[in-house]
Amino acid sequence: MSTAPAGRRQLTVTANERLGAYTVLRAADPDAPAPAPGQFAMLAAVERWGGGEDERPYLPRAFSVARFAAGEAHYLLEDVGPGTRRLCELRPGERMWALGPLGRGFALGAREPGRRPLLVGGGVGIAPLVILRDALTGSRQGGGGDRGGGPPVTVLLGFRDAARAEGAALLPGALIATDDGSVGHHGHVTELLAAELERDRRAAVCACGPAPMLEAVRALCQRARVPAQLALEAGMACGFGACYGCVVPTRGGGYLRVCVDGPVVDAELLDRVDEHAGAPA
Amino acid sequence: MSAPDAGAAVPVAAVEFCGLTLAHPIVNGSGTFDALAARRAFGDELMREFPFAAYVSKTITLAPRAGNPPPRLWEAPAGLINSIGLPNKGLAGYLAEDLPALAALGIGARVPLITNVMGSSAEEIAQLLEACERRPEIAAVELNVSCPNVDTGLDIGADPGELERVLSAVRARTAKPLIVKLTPNTADVAACARGAERGGADAVSLINTLRAMALAPRGGARPWLGGRTGGLSGPAIRAVALAQVAAVAAAVQVPVVGMGGVQSATHARQLLDAGARLVAVGTESFRDPLAGARIARSLRAGARSEAAGHRAGSASV
Repeated sequence: MSTAPAGRRQLTVTANERLGAYTVLRAADPDAPAPAPGQFAMLAAVERWGGGEDERPYLPRAFSVARFAAGEAHYLLEDVGPGTRRLCELRPGERMWALGPLGRGFALGAREPGRRPLLVGGGVGIAPLVILRDALTGSRQGGGGDRGGGPPVTVLLGFRDAARAEGAALLPGALIATDDGSVGHHGHVTELLAAELERDRRAAVCACGPAPMLEAVRALCQRARVPAQLALEAGMACGFGACYGCVVPTRGGGYLRVCVDGPVVDAELLDRVDEHAGAPA
Repeated sequence: MSAPDAGAAVPVAAVEFCGLTLAHPIVNGSGTFDALAARRAFGDELMREFPFAAYVSKTITLAPRAGNPPPRLWEAPAGLINSIGLPNKGLAGYLAEDLPALAALGIGARVPLITNVMGSSAEEIAQLLEACERRPEIAAVELNVSCPNVDTGLDIGADPGELERVLSAVRARTAKPLIVKLTPNTADVAACARGAERGGADAVSLINTLRAMALAPRGGARPWLGGRTGGLSGPAIRAVALAQVAAVAAAVQVPVVGMGGVQSATHARQLLDAGARLVAVGTESFRDPLAGARIARSLRAGARSEAAGHRAGSASV
């Protein structure tokens, strides 16, 4: 995993692209080490960070790096609260703070031989799967092929509706499920996962998405005896192990810090993935 | 802001504090910076300009604590409510594992180490102080008194008499400087500070977080935090901190470590002007891990330009 520069740094936004219900925010980050897939950064706007709804935001927000190429970092954002809203407003030339890359990403080498990577994403949680697939396939721009000669990578994505399903453009060739049936399979992405595991259990699952989805993935993989790595989300104040605020309970007692022990953890470390529906971020 | 008498200027370089010489007046608030985790996240660069002139540990208790069940955080207007619950590996784990790991970073030698401890009885506090006394790496002890005394049921830090009694009972257990971290959740913080001073405190630090609560977004009257209530910190409490630091500095002779919502050298300077000897940066380090270094640098630059202004001013008279 990459070690972050010690201070937060100012980045200049290079693009703000609408992708259905989401925003892809790109920023020049020439001095940063390349993040490992699954690592994240704490982001905040330099100007007007605060004074929004409920006199927030105050803390930076944690985002998985969706892609990192040519000294430019890509983040996938959904406007769900005062912090994400402010970041979604940023236009090219405006500046934002970034601290990262932080945390432990996906363990690429730990995959058992003979197991095909099976990527499962939900909603805005598809972000780390983009850079993960790039790394697994050797693809530079995520053009959809397996040009790098790596193992075939299956991608399953779930969204609430058609506007969010437009996010799947970041992972061409993925199988899609929507809650309202507007795109692809009518139902949950975990139903696609169950069918995939039924077809061939020689898979290693990497998943990121809302807690109920991750819990369903965890339970399915446990029953099927398929190894799974889960990228967790939790409210964080710092992102580097200082505040002890982002903990989740581990199997056998105690807690792990999502920011430094994760965000990607082995599913076997957890008894279950708890719902985390805090203040709108 | 200050009288045009350069002799009264706040120190720009080294600061004397309870017999320790600190490179500048900025330290961290206990529990807001984990040097070991930060070293893992940021590598050696962290130690090239360690953000603080002294490093204050998280609160250490006799027995290990897992901390409160999540959720532990709530973003408040211009601030943060936390209900962390003092997770720590316990005194034995701290001494055996953390002290050597901190020493490897130069903390304890290059950067003085202040160990923050909490006990729920005079006997527990005495054991913690004795253990710290035996370790030369520890320069000073900070006592967290924001907890009930299991023997009396009184909040140790919230009652001046109780604070004085507990401190008097344990004071002799260490010759190291003893800083008492006062709680702001009391009727008269200056009276508590005087109680701490009478009990033998070498310094007092304040303010700790203000007791606060948040309700679950869609949960009716259900408290959001796993610990039901938590502590409010950040810019939201800065004005409260200034008032309490000023009141305490006027009430005691011992040095004061001031903290609460400091985000800039201007805020640090205000606490120094209110009578603090040192200033702790807390929640701001969550947003920017090098905030302490930034504030110390800017404080120094401000003091230099102020001194230059004074010289220019007196030359023109």
